[in-house]
Amino acid sequence: MPQLISIAGLSVAFSGVPVLRGVDLALQKGEALGLVGESGSGKSVTWLAALGLLPRHAQVSGSVRLDGREILGAPAPELDQVRGGRVAMIFQDPASALNPVLTIRKQLCEALALHRDLQGNAVKAEARRLLDLVGIPDAGRRLEAYPHEFSGGQIQRIMIAMALAGNPDLLIADEPTTALDATIQAQILELLSTVRRELGMAMVLISHDLGVVAENCDRVAVMYAGRIVEEAPSNQLFADPVHPYAQGLIGALPPLDGPRRRLTAIPGTVPDPAHMPSGCAFAPRCTLAAEPCGLSAPSLAPIADGRAVACIRAEASRRALLGIAAE
Amino acid sequence: MSPPLVEASAISRSYAMRSGMFGRSTAVHAVDGVSLAIAKGETLGLVGESGSGKSTTGRIVLGLEPPDRGEVRFQGKPMAAPGTTAWRAQRARMQMIFQDPLGALDRRLPVGTQIREPLDIHGVGTPAEREERVRELLRAVELTPAHGTRYPGALSGGQRQRIVLARALATKPDFLVCDEPVSALDVSIQAQVVNLLADLQAQLSLTLLFISHDLRVVRQISNVVAVMYLGRIVEIGSADDLFARPEHPYTQALVSASPAPGRRSAGRIVLSGDPPNPAARPQGCAFHPRCPRAVARCASEVPILAAVGGNRQVACHLVMGAATRDAA
Repeated sequence: MPQLISIAGLSVAFSGVPVLRGVDLALQKGEALGLVGESGSGKSVTWLAALGLLPRHAQVSGSVRLDGREILGAPAPELDQVRGGRVAMIFQDPASALNPVLTIRKQLCEALALHRDLQGNAVKAEARRLLDLVGIPDAGRRLEAYPHEFSGGQIQRIMIAMALAGNPDLLIADEPTTALDATIQAQILELLSTVRRELGMAMVLISHDLGVVAENCDRVAVMYAGRIVEEAPSNQLFADPVHPYAQGLIGALPPLDGPRRRLTAIPGTVPDPAHMPSGCAFAPRCTLAAEPCGLSAPSLAPIADGRAVACIRAEASRRALLGIAAE
Repeated sequence: MSPPLVEASAISRSYAMRSGMFGRSTAVHAVDGVSLAIAKGETLGLVGESGSGKSTTGRIVLGLEPPDRGEVRFQGKPMAAPGTTAWRAQRARMQMIFQDPLGALDRRLPVGTQIREPLDIHGVGTPAEREERVRELLRAVELTPAHGTRYPGALSGGQRQRIVLARALATKPDFLVCDEPVSALDVSIQAQVVNLLADLQAQLSLTLLFISHDLRVVRQISNVVAVMYLGRIVEIGSADDLFARPEHPYTQALVSASPAPGRRSAGRIVLSGDPPNPAARPQGCAFHPRCPRAVARCASEVPILAAVGGNRQVACHLVMGAATRDAA
């Protein structure tokens, strides 16, 4: 399978403070990748940097290739074809992404005029088709409505419609359901997976919610302090996490059925990017940390088919999971 | 069973809302005839979506606002009128924790001073005893006395929520209302705070009203869970049983909408439509426009919360129908 997008050694620093420290990721056509991690782990920055959406003072290095063509640092006209055209992005707070004084029709048609070769009535017909596709009832009339006339769930549907306007090959959904209620979250996730199936679109789902990612993605990458620490097919990651941080995240999640147990909390807090510990960034919070962990940062190494982990204690971690004493 | 520490009977609260600048004002029924009782040392979880009236219920139970109808009793006695000395004394025994710890703390005061403030207000002990109590509270929430000299901006989100918890515990309350206390925290920090809350509850035999939209966290900490929809309780029962065997179609949808790692969405109930506006409450059962099982009766008649066996109560015509059919 050809790679749709491949990111290599992507690093970002804000005024000399590194927040992304060498991210490697690749995505195939039509694949759904989940990106999980806590706030500040660099999930969103990865894609903002890849699409050239970070403010000018951010120092970005590395490589981002879309269908083999380098897009990192590409000239603006070329990026304008990529952003919204090949790659679309939706955000957590849909209400602030729409202009409150323009009708939905104006905003949808603007996106269509930019990325599609449509004229006059064809634009309006396409806008209506998109609203129908994302399940807005009475699409023809609702096109003339303003953003405040829609509920939060409907606004997110409209954002998805706008993202689909350019027929993208890749949709980056950054916490698309975090601000929504549980039953509406279920609706939006179902819509995203239907649309993805019908259009054969690849998707990156950024979320702090492990459950959301597990159910909607083929593959999951776990990020911690600006690096990917584990990557695996989603069913394997949740059944058998290898990195101690991934294990901790899953252990910290209260179960919805079965007996109640005390949650296994990860001690301490995420390190401050300005004072990153030497070596493995997770070592100060890790129950398995040993002396070599503080020496150099482990690199993401393959451990099995389609699985990679950045931990020199991965073997010990695996044994700890099986209840066999380490060493 | 021991008599309830806190008891609310048929409390209602509505607000006037004006649509547009010159529009007619309409009544929004935020809470409509909610009754609940929490025994000493137990936790009642309150779940529901935004606009379901969870937070308003919490505020009324705590006496932060009076109910329009109904009554709240604390240790068998009705709540004193707000602003009186008796009310103040009662309020020291019940405290609240909010979702946003940064908003609940004063950024320009060291956190230790803020923990001491309730002790100053209620005139507890001598100044030296208060300082000692602050150190004791900081240790109770697993921080060090050195943290007390810091400002909220110099603490992490989880540490701030611990400070808020320490401050709430300063007056040795019997009853805590926690309104989405861990929703703003990352998963690993959320687990730390949930564990801490459970430990403190056991040590101090605290009674909790735990409000959250997160079913997992609610189940973890609650003995009894009540599900609210548009200002009414639609189902109430013991935590494990309720989530294992939800009876009300809304609870079933909520449980099924809660994503779980390692379980693909097979047979998920996806509700159509939006959560309705509390200002335009549907006739009959408020849930019927979104209910996959609604029948004609649901659109006209309001279902009453009724026992269906065990300690479960459900407000649904269809579930009651099933119960009476079994009995017949």
